[in-house]
Amino acid sequence: MYTAASFAAGLIFGLGLLVAGMANPAKVLGFLDLAGAWDPSLALVMAGAIAVGAGAFALMKKWTRTLLGAPVLLPGPRRIDRKLILGSLVFGVGWGLAGICPGPALVLAGAGSAKGLVFLAAMIAGNGAFEFFEKKKGVAPGPAPMRSS
Amino acid sequence: MSIAWNAFTPASALIGGAIIGTAAALFAVLNGRIAGISGILGGLMRPQTGDISWRIAFVAGLVAAPLAWGLLAALPEIRVDASYLALAAAGVLVGVGTRYGGGCTSGHGVCGVSRASPRSIAATLAFMAAGSATVYVARHLIAP
Repeated sequence: MYTAASFAAGLIFGLGLLVAGMANPAKVLGFLDLAGAWDPSLALVMAGAIAVGAGAFALMKKWTRTLLGAPVLLPGPRRIDRKLILGSLVFGVGWGLAGICPGPALVLAGAGSAKGLVFLAAMIAGNGAFEFFEKKKGVAPGPAPMRSS
Repeated sequence: MSIAWNAFTPASALIGGAIIGTAAALFAVLNGRIAGISGILGGLMRPQTGDISWRIAFVAGLVAAPLAWGLLAALPEIRVDASYLALAAAGVLVGVGTRYGGGCTSGHGVCGVSRASPRSIAATLAFMAAGSATVYVARHLIAP
């Protein structure tokens, strides 16, 4: 049931990206190009998404279980740290180079765009690099977990 | 700054945004999670029992969206101007940056801002600023 809900949410999300123009990198770059001929459309995409999202998150503020009975796993308040800001700045540079962020990367791959696939492969490599550095930085791995049964 | 009125698509932007918001809302009220695509995808890099299928399903839904669309109508315009080299570099930066930053346009920009999370608002301002600065350098300083 959770898997089906996940698939449906991903599908609707992707259709929304296509309707909104977010899956068109040229349009995304037109929004980021404040000094050129600026296309403000994506500000309205954010506004539309946040208007609906804010309603839902306000509704479930006191929930501990979802409509399907799953635990609510929303992040609690955390500090604004250097990792958050530096990571977001690095992401922004990549976003500005290509006009593609993670959701549209998957939509472009589904649309069979060769350039989209190259971006997606590089993005997954970037995810892998993050895991590699985090693992290296972390404490030495402990003994293998005991298997019960 | 001049506004490109010919490129401005307010109706489809608002409707598309509302559809995106609906997807994020559904995901939250049904599965209790943030529809943050970089985190959902990144979580597959350290797979844990019971934490895999919902991630794959969400990613599959996104990939299936243009296929489903294509069954009913022609896909809207998709234009990628960046070179393959730039796309490869951009992909790595997005892959690394979103993981260190703990989210992307969906997790921070849509879900986090919807929840009025100060962290997400800060992250969104940071990636919007860096994105605009990058486009400025690329379009107006390097290749004007």
